[in-house]
Amino acid sequence: MNTVITENAVAVRNVYKNYGDVEALRDLSLDFPKGQLTSLLGPSGCGKTTLLKIIAGLLPANSGEVLVNGQPVSGPGPDRAFVFQDFALMPWASTIRNVAFGLELRGVAKSEREAVAEKYIAAVGLKGFENSYPHELSGGMRQRVGLARALSVNAEVLLMDEPFSAVDEQTRRKFQEDLLGLVQNENKTFLFVTHSIEEAVYVSDQVAILLPRPSRVSEIIRPQGFRNKDVDSIRRDPEYLDLVDKIWASLRSYVE
Amino acid sequence: MKIFGYQLPNMSSLILWGLLWEIVGQLELTFFLPPLSAIFATLMEIGGTPAFLKALKETAEAFTIGTTAAIVIGVPVGILMGKSRLIDELLLPWVNIFLSAPLTALVPVLMVLFGFGITAIVITTALFAIWIIVLNARAGVMQINPSLVEMAQSFGASRFDAFTKIYFWAALPEILGGVRIGFIRAVKGVIIGQLLISVVGFGSLFEIYASNFLMKHFWAVLLVLFSLSFLIAEFLAWLERKVEYYAASRQ
Repeated sequence: MNTVITENAVAVRNVYKNYGDVEALRDLSLDFPKGQLTSLLGPSGCGKTTLLKIIAGLLPANSGEVLVNGQPVSGPGPDRAFVFQDFALMPWASTIRNVAFGLELRGVAKSEREAVAEKYIAAVGLKGFENSYPHELSGGMRQRVGLARALSVNAEVLLMDEPFSAVDEQTRRKFQEDLLGLVQNENKTFLFVTHSIEEAVYVSDQVAILLPRPSRVSEIIRPQGFRNKDVDSIRRDPEYLDLVDKIWASLRSYVE
Repeated sequence: MKIFGYQLPNMSSLILWGLLWEIVGQLELTFFLPPLSAIFATLMEIGGTPAFLKALKETAEAFTIGTTAAIVIGVPVGILMGKSRLIDELLLPWVNIFLSAPLTALVPVLMVLFGFGITAIVITTALFAIWIIVLNARAGVMQINPSLVEMAQSFGASRFDAFTKIYFWAALPEILGGVRIGFIRAVKGVIIGQLLISVVGFGSLFEIYASNFLMKHFWAVLLVLFSLSFLIAEFLAWLERKVEYYAASRQ
């Protein structure tokens, strides 16, 4: 068992969210330990993206609170950065301007923010594409731009909304491996929404399984044995396979 | 187009039509259509005269002020309509009415309100141009990718930042399309203004030449006007093509 008591980077406390008459989240509480990757996993319509957007400050909760480093949040803040499912790149801007956009909005001088952007463009493997436009990049490369943008503002918490669902299968696998490296090397907390059981088990320190209508956390699973193994052997690890099966068993009745 | 393996330059067909015009003119079938060469000769003749330059200046002035006003007011109004349901509900019926209304019929009212001077002509020009500019800017904003707006919010964009760094650029292809059509309508507006309100600019030249049956002069001025509006439209179409790549890349 994990005996180290970790601090929470993000804590969600008794959050309720309604869309009109539809109850999306009911009394949802969840902790996100610092420096770890937590997946929100569940069938579609279970409110996982809603929860992520509430944490991001893009959506208001009806009641309850979200604490980031112990401070309640009421809107977007520099302590959190968002990675979008559809990349959300500005099609009229080059890679470097897209990556530097978060810093541009914070009023960082052009030369300074471009130096930071260049560093992260290289870090995500896009060196040489600084002046390319999004329509000249493949889907996978576009998401690398989105990731570099989120990294360049140096937020403590990275919120990722199904970031790999719009890229092809091979690219997705490469992304998942790169993400593991990122979690280890960057001292950041990752919140990761996905609908893929394999993906969640593969990348997460902690998987929160959400069940729908109204959403609540039904179970929290913490993979233990294979987290420190190398990326190639995880998918053959018995614990990995068992967890995937176990999660599928608990989710299958909710799939229409 | 290709003929006998040769790539013809764009609009080569104009040469053919010009030749036809020349032949019909040389045959002297009607006083209404002098030969094209004679028209160009007349154009050279009157092109440098103070009367022509004054007309060109008056027309260009009214056109420039009118279209600038239409853009400066029309684009932000259109963007606001696209962003705010309330403003949209309030303004949309009026924009649609004025877009399809025969604005020429309103010109006498403008004369009563703004007198017979350049003000009324400028306002006529702006009125012809502005509605399509508003509608296109609105359409451009309404198709914006919502996650772009969320992206700007999540990185802490102020309302003003979102307006100038996201909404405007996202809607730019549509805005330019609206401006192009608006400019074409503004040419109509400025000439109608100059004919109906006070007889100045190209309007006055048309009036003088037509009433004195100076057909060569009449055609010469008309050719200048056609070429100018064609050039403006082509320039804007070129600008539009420059941003087309991202209009097409949007889902």
